[in-house]
Amino acid sequence: MPMDIQEVERLIKAGLPDAKVRIEDLRGDGDHYAAYVESPAFAGKTRIEQHQMVYKALSGHMGGTLHALALRTSAPKPT
Amino acid sequence: MATLTNPVHERIASDIRDNDVVLYMKGSPVFPQCGFSAAVVQILSQMGVKFKGIDVLVDPSLRQGVKDFSNWPTVPQLYVKGEFVGGCDIVREMFESGELAELLRSKGIAASA
Repeated sequence: MPMDIQEVERLIKAGLPDAKVRIEDLRGDGDHYAAYVESPAFAGKTRIEQHQMVYKALSGHMGGTLHALALRTSAPKPT
Repeated sequence: MATLTNPVHERIASDIRDNDVVLYMKGSPVFPQCGFSAAVVQILSQMGVKFKGIDVLVDPSLRQGVKDFSNWPTVPQLYVKGEFVGGCDIVREMFESGELAELLRSKGIAASA
């Protein structure tokens, strides 16, 4: 069961309110997405922890209704 | 990491203790059953890293167990010297940046690239 792109974005932003989120539908099939998430909350966290935070925001959808989400996370670069 | 209270977790703990590089994956290294698993196999092969591939599709309890064990919702999952490194995205990112080669070197694991 595919998941709507807006719903993916909404869940990530609900879990990480200060995040900048960009999502691409990789195949146009509503089932394979790539997400780029930048959040100050990632500062000082390992990549694993950053991804786990996004997965937590997706509350169980990852690996279930959400089959494929290529994820790239980062903290904002210091200015 | 989860506490070792169930046999599947004990099995995972011993797999990642007894093998330097372990990849939990869908399918086998020769016949991956999923594009993400195939991508990690390809990276490890390209780097000339010896690894043990464990097919989670043959055992539903392992498929779920490995997700609980690492608190990570998807497969593939790469472990180096007992430590969870990441899934396909992280492995690919680390490979491209050279961090993966650096990690393997720092753990004393032979890689040709």
